[in-house]
Formats: sequence, C-alpha cells, structure tokens
Amino acid sequence: METTRKLIRKQSLEKLYNILSTTRKVYAPVIASDKQVEYKYNPAFTDVTFDHIRSTLSVKNVVFPKVENLFYYTNKQTESTITDIDLNKIQDVVLWGAHPCDNAAFDTLRSIFCWDITDEFFAKRLEKLVVIGFSCHLSDEYCFCTSVGLTPNSTKGSDILLSRLKNGDYHAEILTEKGNAIVSISPELFESVTNEEAEITSVKQKFNHEQVTAKLATAFENPFWVANSLRCIGCGACAYVCPTCACFDIQDEASGKEGKRYRSWDSCGFGLFTLHTSGHNPRNVQSQRWRQRIMHKFSYMPERNNSLGCVGCGRCSSGCPVDMNIAEQLEALQNI
Amino acid sequence: MTSLIIRAKELLENKTVQVVIGYEAGPTGVARPAFITDPAKAESLIYDERCVQNLAVYLTKREVKNIGKMAIVATLPVMRSIMMLISEQQLFADNIVVLGISADGKLLDIADNKVMQGYIEKSDLSNPEKYKGLLTEFNKLSPEEKFLYWQKELSKCIKCYACRQACPMCYCTRCTVEVNQPQWIPVKANTHGNMEWHILRAMHLAGRCISCGECGRACPVGIPCHLLTMHLTDQVYNYFKVYAGTSEKMSSVLSTYEPNDKESFII
Repeated sequence: METTRKLIRKQSLEKLYNILSTTRKVYAPVIASDKQVEYKYNPAFTDVTFDHIRSTLSVKNVVFPKVENLFYYTNKQTESTITDIDLNKIQDVVLWGAHPCDNAAFDTLRSIFCWDITDEFFAKRLEKLVVIGFSCHLSDEYCFCTSVGLTPNSTKGSDILLSRLKNGDYHAEILTEKGNAIVSISPELFESVTNEEAEITSVKQKFNHEQVTAKLATAFENPFWVANSLRCIGCGACAYVCPTCACFDIQDEASGKEGKRYRSWDSCGFGLFTLHTSGHNPRNVQSQRWRQRIMHKFSYMPERNNSLGCVGCGRCSSGCPVDMNIAEQLEALQNI
Repeated sequence: MTSLIIRAKELLENKTVQVVIGYEAGPTGVARPAFITDPAKAESLIYDERCVQNLAVYLTKREVKNIGKMAIVATLPVMRSIMMLISEQQLFADNIVVLGISADGKLLDIADNKVMQGYIEKSDLSNPEKYKGLLTEFNKLSPEEKFLYWQKELSKCIKCYACRQACPMCYCTRCTVEVNQPQWIPVKANTHGNMEWHILRAMHLAGRCISCGECGRACPVGIPCHLLTMHLTDQVYNYFKVYAGTSEKMSSVLSTYEPNDKESFII
C-alpha cells in the first residue's frame, strides 16, 4: 500500500484516542512512578504519556504475553481429553504510542515465531494488533536505533506513524490497510498535510551492525567474553525487558486430574536454561551465556532468520542492575 | 579516590591478590563493578556516592574466583556480607583482602577479620535511614492493606530473578524455584506465583539479610522487595536482639535453638 500523509490537530488526537478507547482495547503508556512507564489498557487520555523515552518493559507482551495458556487437559482413567484455546476469542488491540524501535520488533518476533512453523498464538495476536506508533522527539545515551538500521522515525512495524510538530499537531503516515481502517472510523480528524517539520530526536550511531556481525563469525573463543561479562550477575532482566527476546519455557500445571499447559518467558542468561538432565551444562558459566545473548542477536539471527535480533531500544542496558551496556560492548567488538 | 588506587595497585604489584573488585564509571556515568587484574588499570577505580552495589555477590562467583585471590572494595554492607559468607562456609577468610570504606567514604585499614568485626560492631546495623520511614509507614497498615499492597506490587514481577542474583546471600547453585520435581513454586510470573516466590525469598533471608537493599535496587520494574527482608530484619532484632553479619562464627538465628529464646509467638 502506498503511504498517505495527513495532519492530525492536537485536539483531534484526543478525539481519536477517545473514539478508539471507547470502542476497543487500547494499550497505551502511562507514567507509573518517577522511573517507571507502564502500558495499560484504556487509560484516560490525560494519563497517557507522550514524552517518555522508553517504557520499562517493551510492548512485546501484546503478542507474546509473559504467561500464555496453550491448552487444558483432563485425565479419566486411561483417557485424556485436551481442550484447545479458542484463538478466535483473542480481541482486537490498538497499540498506542509505542516508539519505532518497539514497533520494528514485531517484525523481528515474526521472523522467530513464524520462521518455519507458524506459531498460532503469536500470529493471531499480531493479526489482531493495530499499531499507532509515535516517532521519538526524545532520546538518551542508551538509545542506539541508528546503529541497527533504524531511525527515531522508522515506519517499520507501524500501521500509522505519528510525528509531533512544534505546534503540538501531528503528521500521520498511514502505512497499511489496518491504518486505513483506523482513519476511516473518523476521517474528518485527518486533514491535509502541512509543510511544518516534525520534531525528531537525533540518535548517534555507535557501531556498524554489519561489521559486528562479520566480526562475530570468528569471535567465539575470544577472551572478550570473559573479560566483559565478569560483572553480569546472571539475571533475566535484559531478556525480559527486551522487545525481541522470544525464548519461552513450557510447563504443565496440574491439580488432581485436571491441568493446563502454559508457556512463560525464559532467558538464556539463567544457568538452568541449558542444563541437561544428565547434569551436563554446555553453557555452564556466565560468560558463555552472555556470548550466546550477543551471538544470537547479531550473528545467528542475521544468518538464519535474515533479521537482526536487536532494535536498539536500550532497555537491556538501562534496566541492567550492573550496567552491562550492550552498545558499548558491540562497539568494542567491532574493533577487536 | 587516590588512597584506594594506591592500595589496589600495591596489592596487584606485589601479587598479594590477583584481582581487585571495585567500582568504575561506565560510559553513561553509572558506577559499575570493575575487576582489576592489571596494576596499570587500577587508575580506573572510583569511589563516590554512585557506588552503591553490594560487590560481595561476586565473591562466590566461579569465574571471578578462578582469577585467584581477591581484594574487594567493601562498605559496611559488603563487610557484613563477607562475615555472613564466612559463617555459612561459602568463603575462606584467608582468601580475601578487604579494602574497607567508611561511611564518609574514607579508606579503612582492615588488617584482618578481627579488625573488620570491630568496625562492624561499632557501626549502626539497623536498616538504612532512607528506608526506616517507609518501613514505619508500612507497619501501620492492616494485614489486609499489606496484602493488597503486595498483591499490586508483585503483580508487576516478571520473574527475572534480578533480586536473587544481586543478593550476596542468595548463593545457592540451584535455587528452590529451579527444582521441578516436585515443583514448589510455579514457574509462571502471575500474581500468585510471584507472591509465593517473594515470600519464600524473604523467609530464606530472615536473620541473614544484611540490609543492603540490593534486591530492590536491582529490580527492573521497581518492586520494593527489599522492604520485605528489611522488615524481617527488624522482626528478628526485636525477638532475638541479633543483626546478621557481625562475626564469622555467627550461627543462623532462625535455625538455632537457644533455651532462652522468646517463645511469645507460640499461642
């Protein structure tokens, strides 16, 4: 679809939000405390933030919830009955206010979840999702989208991308049929575009991801990994705040003769992640796990999924309790 | 901090230790752990108000121990963690050099563990001043209000286990949550499973927590989980008049029976 450009006045934006949030689920960012920005369903427009750099968690949970039931079962003597989850019950969601890095991550997740066999749960949630993205007019030292092939106003992953103008109005790029469908709900709110320039932040490029990928091909045994991961304490914070980390664990939860199988987020940073039943652990120290994290995103995924496993949002670094700064490490790796 | 740099350099040069665990400034200005093995690099060590992480967590980490004998920059919580680790047989007192830092940021001369014990004993071991207000407020809540508060806070938990990993006293190589036969704690991060996890963690730390607040600081979603362990620190002190991490021969207060223990909690 060809992109169309429109203008939304400041007042019209509020009208659009209110129309959407009274008719469907809208997932939008609110300031939860001085350090935390959370996404909530259908908050009041006045509570929605337009000035956050990054939410504490990414928005991946709209397509990949932290806990997702896969099926229910009952056992009767020798017979088991399995009840599937009715995917048609998954509701439409409008994601409001997510930044270009987070929205680009939906493509990355698709390259994992729909790589060979389509993950029905993920695919259905993505199908039901409409993304109204907002370009970034703010950034900080943790941002590095420009190092991973994106920009503060990349359209990738958005159905509509809004960019704020100096006077508070917004330019809207309508990018997909889903975006068009939103416009058609209230076309009068979308006016002819003006010449005014959008306020877009500038994010300094810190490394060249292609060079990093090339370097990683021969860096598996490099002493870099031990030297640069001694301070890693082996928690899963980086993976869980990451918009593209997709690993999950599958568990059964039984109560008597009934139970359910669910999946929940997992992290390659945990020692248990690769522990074999035999007791052998192919990644038995933290440096091997840290290497895996970087290798997966910057070497294995470009090779196997034809996509980079990182969108440069900086959450893993800003959320890390011991300042494992990924952009700094990638910059160093580029030069080893 | 020049005196610290000089001392670290000296220890590395005369090979008393192979690694100095301290703080350096990262590219964004955040203070973070540094592992100095080369005396020439001791210059990058810093100590100022940004240096809050409890470094004792690294004393039991395999890849750090593999480097060799360790020196560690140690504020009061780190010193108390060291005492706890020794008393729980996780650390040999002879294997580390303590670069003590006083409350006003000066390098202390900690020649041995006796000196360290003396320093700890004359320090204020109650919960840090900045949390006392919150703890007092919290104690005014009814049990129902407390439950609702924690239900709300813990619903945010994503089970990344940063609280556990950041804690020097959570050194188990296989945590109870990682045991799945039987599975004591649900793996999933829903409110119920999260509450079970945090209550279990707090109970395992009752009488062992040295009030560094590291678990709460490490939490990426801002759950004040340190209030749980700090509350128990107060409780243990009220009942037994004991603070954790005061000597290397301390026995765990909640797993030791003394004939004169208060039993007022038995109805």
